[in-house]
Amino acid sequence: MWRWLHPYAKPEATYRLVDRLLPWFAALTIISLAVGMIWGLAFAPADYQQGDSYRIIYIHVPSAIFSMGAYFGMAVMGAIALIWQIKTAEWSIPAIAPVGAAMTAIALFTGAIWGKPMWGTWWVWDARLTSELILLFLYVGVMALYYAFDDQRTGAKAAAILAMVGVVNLPIIHYSVEWWNTLHQGATITKFERPSIATSMLWPLLISLLGFMLLTATLVMMRFKNELLRHELHRPWAQKVLGTAQEAD
Amino acid sequence: MAFDSFSDFVQMGGYGFYVWLSFFLTFLVIAGVALDAAIGRRRLQRQSKTLLRRKQRLSKRQQRQASPVGESKR
Repeated sequence: MWRWLHPYAKPEATYRLVDRLLPWFAALTIISLAVGMIWGLAFAPADYQQGDSYRIIYIHVPSAIFSMGAYFGMAVMGAIALIWQIKTAEWSIPAIAPVGAAMTAIALFTGAIWGKPMWGTWWVWDARLTSELILLFLYVGVMALYYAFDDQRTGAKAAAILAMVGVVNLPIIHYSVEWWNTLHQGATITKFERPSIATSMLWPLLISLLGFMLLTATLVMMRFKNELLRHELHRPWAQKVLGTAQEAD
Repeated sequence: MAFDSFSDFVQMGGYGFYVWLSFFLTFLVIAGVALDAAIGRRRLQRQSKTLLRRKQRLSKRQQRQASPVGESKR
């Protein structure tokens, strides 16, 4: 496996792989999001308590899950960057962080918009909401640290350490609804129990989850391609990719 | 279909404002991130072009300085 993985420490090989995979990810993202959203908005039945307002779940839950998923991925990349000093792993941090921050922001404001009609308030300082807000600040902190040093590699290392330390926030977010009394409702889908949601509502939610997973991956790949090119701008392969290779005289 | 008519669908049982606002803002954020990546790519292309032109100018100047023909022309 190491023999297979090793070439991808080389930026050019990584770029070719990402470039080949990206169109498939983008196409599958659009299909699954379209199916999930249309099914969730128009075909899933209304909730017996929350009426049609619950349909926000089809963006709220997926974005919240992948705000955490992206963070975990970024922390893993940080660990790889620190342990094996692999440059491409360092460069993936500024590719992942803004996408994860966007997912966190979506989870926060869809939650607020859902909270207004259901709880009567946009925001409460309870455990779930506050810990998710901290996740947003962690993303911002990682980005700020990454760009805070004149030497980009120092910045990458500092950002990688913060990303890894911040992982402690993920279980706090996940279990906050069980550990503390909160306005926020409990989990809709859990790995170990039967989901507390009707099958007719569950399927579009699962498809939306798949859609947001692919969306997160697609956006990260788009940014990651740019990061690879930015660091290798002086190399012939990058110039060829950008269509500005020096023609032979 | 969970709705009887299109206007029912838009109204979302009275929650239309909240549902559509959250979907619209979500779309806006995602489009923003995608657009930013596209703009980043364009910027890299411009930088690469500038880099190439600078290199060409430099090599031309070096050629001129190296060859006596270039000197006589000046």
